[in-house]
Amino acid sequence: MRLITHNMLSCNIKGVTNGFPLKVEAEKVIEKEIDFNPDFLRHMFAKIEWKALVEAARSLGYAELPEDSPDATVIESAADESLLKKLHHALLELHLEEGALVCPETGRKFPVNKGIPNMLLHEDEV
Amino acid sequence: MKLKQLEGLLGDLQQFSNPKVELEQYPTGPHIASRMLFTAENSYGDITDKVVADFGCGCGTLSAAASLLDASCVIGFDIDPQSLETATLNAEELEVEIDFVQCDVTKLELKGQVVDTVVMNPPFGTRKKGADMEFLSAAMKVASQAVYSLHKTSTREHIKRAALRDFNAKSAEVICELRYDLPKLYKFHKRKEVDIAVDLWRFEPRQN
Repeated sequence: MRLITHNMLSCNIKGVTNGFPLKVEAEKVIEKEIDFNPDFLRHMFAKIEWKALVEAARSLGYAELPEDSPDATVIESAADESLLKKLHHALLELHLEEGALVCPETGRKFPVNKGIPNMLLHEDEV
Repeated sequence: MKLKQLEGLLGDLQQFSNPKVELEQYPTGPHIASRMLFTAENSYGDITDKVVADFGCGCGTLSAAASLLDASCVIGFDIDPQSLETATLNAEELEVEIDFVQCDVTKLELKGQVVDTVVMNPPFGTRKKGADMEFLSAAMKVASQAVYSLHKTSTREHIKRAALRDFNAKSAEVICELRYDLPKLYKFHKRKEVDIAVDLWRFEPRQN
């Protein structure tokens, strides 16, 4: 699972009001290079929860993203490709292979095995 | 990529080894899958460079088709771990990147309308009544651009009404009618193979 997916997932246990973002516990992380597509990243930028991404990337050992969300104008201008490249790497090239996603409210762990998070809820959680 | 080429690549994918009837696991054949995704891209531009989710992805045929048509990010969701294992192998075989998440799609809530397009071949609701509608309802909550789905032609009016009235659809149209080939997968199937009429739908969600 990559962080673009992590950025969308939240904990849906019944009664949980603040299930986002899930904390990341990483045991094994792999990197796979893919093609850089600046237009796609600009399109995604508006939808991303920046803080959640920064935090998750850090949990995977990648600390290059600035703490505060960059201004949209910086992202839109063609000038700063270095920032877009960092965003590209964090969102699309880091894979959480083994570990867990943890609900920020209840501490419930959702295991990640072979890159697949298991978000299935128990009967008493729905 | 040409349609024939896409269909050919999808034809090599592995399908359910032990299909589970309670989940209505029927493979999405390469013929239907290729036409579905090809139309979504060539007529509407809903796949290339987009974030695409595949609800009830099974062995990942529609996910693979989206990746082959250059979606920027594809995420397959399914409840069944065995299917996801096969789907992962299929993605590796094709050398495409797809994220898979194990979950109950009908209980899934993402952070709003965060994907561009949802593609799905949902259960038709013959074993668990209403399963098709639960899938559609869930898909309409996460897509910002379009939802493509297959439903039995016999339910056309019902689907249209529910989509527009209950699921926040701005538009709901049948793009084409297809024949869905059901091979004899389960014991209760009496005939060797049946052909049922299904509609390929395109729904446009309202922006929240």
